[in-house]
Amino acid sequence: MLDDLFRILETRARLGRQTVAYPDGPVRLPERFRGRPALDPSRCVDGCRACAEACPTDAVLDPGSPSMRLDMGRCLFCADCQQACPEGALRFTRDYRLSMRTREGLRAAGDEPRLAEALDRKMRRLFGRSLRLRQVSAAGCNGCEAELNAAGNVQFDLSRFGISFVASPRHADGLVVTGPVSENMRPALLETWKATPAPRLVVAVGACACSGGIFRDGPVQAGGMPGVPEIPVDLWIPGCPPHPITVLDGLLRLLGRIEGDALRLAGTGVVEAAGGPASSPGGAAPGRQGTSPGHV
Amino acid sequence: MTPRVLRTWNGEAVDVAAVPVLPLGDFQQILADVITAGGRLAAFFGQEAAGGETLVTAVLADDPAGRLGITSTRVGASYPSLTAECPSVQGFERELHEQYGVVPEGHPWLKPIRFERPLRQGARPFGRGQGAAPIPGDYPFYAVEGEEVHEVAVGPVHAGIIEPGHFRFQCHGEHVFHLEIVLGFQHRGVEKLLLGGPDKRTLPMIESVAGDTAVGHALAHAGAVEALAGCRVPARAAALRGVALELERLANHVGDLGMLAGDVAFLPTASYCGALRAEFLNALAEVCGNRFGRSLVVPGGVRFDLDAGAAARLADTVEKAWRSVERSAGLLFASPSARNRTDGTGVVSRETARELGLVGPVARACGISRDVRRDFATGVYAFAHIPVVTGESGDVFARAWIRFLESERSAEFVAGQLRSLPAGPVRVPCAAPAPGRLAVSMVEGWRGEIAHVAATDGAGRFARYKIKDPSFHNWMGLAVALRNQQISDFPLCNKSFNLSYCGHDL
Repeated sequence: MLDDLFRILETRARLGRQTVAYPDGPVRLPERFRGRPALDPSRCVDGCRACAEACPTDAVLDPGSPSMRLDMGRCLFCADCQQACPEGALRFTRDYRLSMRTREGLRAAGDEPRLAEALDRKMRRLFGRSLRLRQVSAAGCNGCEAELNAAGNVQFDLSRFGISFVASPRHADGLVVTGPVSENMRPALLETWKATPAPRLVVAVGACACSGGIFRDGPVQAGGMPGVPEIPVDLWIPGCPPHPITVLDGLLRLLGRIEGDALRLAGTGVVEAAGGPASSPGGAAPGRQGTSPGHV
Repeated sequence: MTPRVLRTWNGEAVDVAAVPVLPLGDFQQILADVITAGGRLAAFFGQEAAGGETLVTAVLADDPAGRLGITSTRVGASYPSLTAECPSVQGFERELHEQYGVVPEGHPWLKPIRFERPLRQGARPFGRGQGAAPIPGDYPFYAVEGEEVHEVAVGPVHAGIIEPGHFRFQCHGEHVFHLEIVLGFQHRGVEKLLLGGPDKRTLPMIESVAGDTAVGHALAHAGAVEALAGCRVPARAAALRGVALELERLANHVGDLGMLAGDVAFLPTASYCGALRAEFLNALAEVCGNRFGRSLVVPGGVRFDLDAGAAARLADTVEKAWRSVERSAGLLFASPSARNRTDGTGVVSRETARELGLVGPVARACGISRDVRRDFATGVYAFAHIPVVTGESGDVFARAWIRFLESERSAEFVAGQLRSLPAGPVRVPCAAPAPGRLAVSMVEGWRGEIAHVAATDGAGRFARYKIKDPSFHNWMGLAVALRNQQISDFPLCNKSFNLSYCGHDL
């Protein structure tokens, strides 16, 4: 009995601290991680559509023109476009921050960070320190679901921030939806949303939930949450699937707990009496996660 | 005399025209004989034929001999069902009915399999009108009647972060008489969307058949396309593919051990293995940038290479991570209170497993030595053999223990391969599939046998693309495992199978 206990403690000691340093410390991502796309249409040759033709989900909008954008909501981050482009007009950076508050916001142009805005003061006061979410997989392939599970494990540890997943919509402050929303899941999704007490948040996670993803041409799915107008979405987290850090970043920005380019957590005081968002203590460390190839 | 079964190998293409089309009676007789003698159906599917008929093709597997056999027949509106004689056919016959409207007369339990729209115009399975039927309301649930018998309905939306499915229990107090599993919520119409391919959407769609098995399905697909195109994959690519497939197995098995520990409230292993799973996902991401191995496999090889230094570092990482898993999972197996929950729970007998045609670790936990990596070895597995481990007890413990033992073999394999990667390119050009050919490609994914069957038309486009995820066989195993169990052990039993919903629903 005591032996068992010692073995457990010894294993714990050997493994050491498992929780990632983020957001108080640097993010560690694989060397070949593909994050936010950066576009430079000035390199495009007139009339070239190579990137758009290579893209499996038609995510490149206005290819070859100055208004070229890449719809991260459709993007699978496969980099087929980058490989197809002869001019290097399109590449994937290592910026893991991808979430946006609007579907339109996911259409990335140039090489600008995409940072989700926080909720308004009232909603931050309600959910900023405690957010209970119900997950609904509406034909998600278990990629996004697996990463959402990972976001809750000891490594990424969502509960550090008072965010957790609960077993009933009645106990939830919001829904996290994955998948393209199959015809066969649509009624259950709507029922779950109706069972969640208002005010409630809705987060769409993954290319499928943002646009239908690779299934967007399919006849038995809705094309993700844009095809379910009854349910308004508060946060869009793209990716196929998004890295747990991307999920964490999106949720923390939504709650106003990370701001601007800062990597640091914006204090623990989520909402200040004056209504102004809390600023990060000790100054920010902007742009540390830039596009450098090594671990950051 | 022309053969009644066309013999072939895993990853070989044959002429569509060479597949024998037998009279129905002969076809049925062969299937019944083969299955009764210990053979298996690796795939069984319909195709629209002229004159309103349906061409039914069966892929038979002879595990000990490592051979596959293909045969086919044409059926009209109905045919005599084989399910009563060979229970492992039950799902395939239900699928055939739902997709083509063909009625298997005398099927003991003909019910919807995934609520998909028929693949044949005008087919009306289950007397359905046009448009999808609402689920799970429109379902002929089995009901147990009697005093104090009660029904428990769970899903489609579950308590955890998992895919949707509906479970209905017939109980007497805690005691489960019967569990019925209704799937189809995840149906995305994959097989229909793949027709006319391959095109730029094909590969990412295959990787999404089951997102936790992206590498397994991508390899089955690449194997089929390479067979159709007559493409030979370079040795270095084959080795890297094996590394990726085993990393996928490691990540999922280690994650499952953690989740199983969580389900019996043994938190040390739950937390440690939950975190350690990431070591293997991250190893995959070090290879290709994605934690699930997406965008790695491509017909003709792989898209990413590792230099010698990176490969050696990755080997070290995997070995170190495995030592931690050994220690962490060992706590679970050594804990009497945890073993009290896992031992003897959710037993599937070897006989039942055989009858249902179970595959993968679930079958091996019942003592059935069945593994595509050995029985139908292709690619790197033809050169580097991984020992197949089997259990005896067929219970939750055995399913956990098998995962642990085969993960150990996988970790050794990954480190070994990474330290001795063959020289040469990782990718060669792969031509377009040849017209009028059919290829069967099987891969031992972490859940078991994945089978893809691709048939091309006269222009070399997919005229039929059949996907069989191992879960297609194994869901019935879970239903049977729950009989005479406590309903409170359901989460534990379910996790010990950990089947794919979308892989089944397609």
